[in-house]
Amino acid sequence: MRRYPRQSHRVLQVMTRLLVPFMILFGLYVQFHGDYGPGGGFQAGVIIAAGLILYGLVFGIQRARSVCPPSWARVMMSLGVLIYAGTGAVTMLLGAHLLDYDVLAHDPLHGQHWGIFAVELGVGVTVTGVMISLFYGFSSARNSIDRKNSGLPSDVEASSTVEHPQ
Amino acid sequence: METFIVGVLLSFLVIIAIGIIVLRDLLAAVILLGVYSLIAAGAFVVMDAVDVAFTEAAVGAGISTILYLGALRFTTDRQKPRGHDSLPALLFVVLTGALLIYGTLDMPHYGSATSPAQTHEQVAVRFLEVSGDEVGPPNIVTSVLASYRGYDTLGETVVVFAAGIAVMSLLGLRRRRPQQDISDDERAES
Repeated sequence: MRRYPRQSHRVLQVMTRLLVPFMILFGLYVQFHGDYGPGGGFQAGVIIAAGLILYGLVFGIQRARSVCPPSWARVMMSLGVLIYAGTGAVTMLLGAHLLDYDVLAHDPLHGQHWGIFAVELGVGVTVTGVMISLFYGFSSARNSIDRKNSGLPSDVEASSTVEHPQ
Repeated sequence: METFIVGVLLSFLVIIAIGIIVLRDLLAAVILLGVYSLIAAGAFVVMDAVDVAFTEAAVGAGISTILYLGALRFTTDRQKPRGHDSLPALLFVVLTGALLIYGTLDMPHYGSATSPAQTHEQVAVRFLEVSGDEVGPPNIVTSVLASYRGYDTLGETVVVFAAGIAVMSLLGLRRRRPQQDISDDERAES
């Protein structure tokens, strides 16, 4: 695999390489600092997904898929909802109302802290997964690649392969 | 002064919206949509709604622009010339817009001390005073969003999840074709 695939976009590629780690770091900051400043799971998920999508736009979908396979994004979509709803289930199992975080720790304030942390994490994970899946959905609508991950019989997509018949 | 700044920002929004309608270059229209969201975020900051502004900037100016750009890769960047403008459609749009503006007339003014959020059982005041002892985080928006209204936010998360599922069932669940001879890089170079 070439380090910088497309010669014509060298500047974009170098800049993307520089920027994406900081975008993801900023997304994590927004995620975990939402209690103290503006931000939270939703914004953080969007920012992290934007970093990966930018990477995919500049370096090609294939490389983005190798960084974060579509199956991961799908798992993240449901995992976030599971974390959120699971927090509610845990509070109910501990004898309180749904999403009443007071019982999550001995001190109600600590319980609230843990609860908010968990649900914000759930929101962030879901939003990241959905945004990445959206992007993959757009890209695979006309540009379905990644042959090595495909364990399917070869005629599944045959009806829509009018562009490049083999 | 604040009213003046908000007024200027809002008139920018109108100008940009007209620009988006008039433009035939879709790439420029997408960038203008991002600018629109960024200016809207600026207006929200002036009105002290920092969390809303952050969301608008991240979602409107950030990821929507990127998703639009991703979609543009698979289309042309010129809008097809339209046929004649239909008069009933124009009337319908004007009527809907007028109704929406009419609907805002009896809303409380911005910053009004007599708005229901301020007067009705002192909701806003209660959150401001008690949330620090009840929930903890200094950012009261987070307290309300994740704790007091945690159930609503659970619903919102499920909505985002459902939207993702819907889009994937429309676009993404088509299986990859196993024999793909043109990779992304090669296609861009050709």
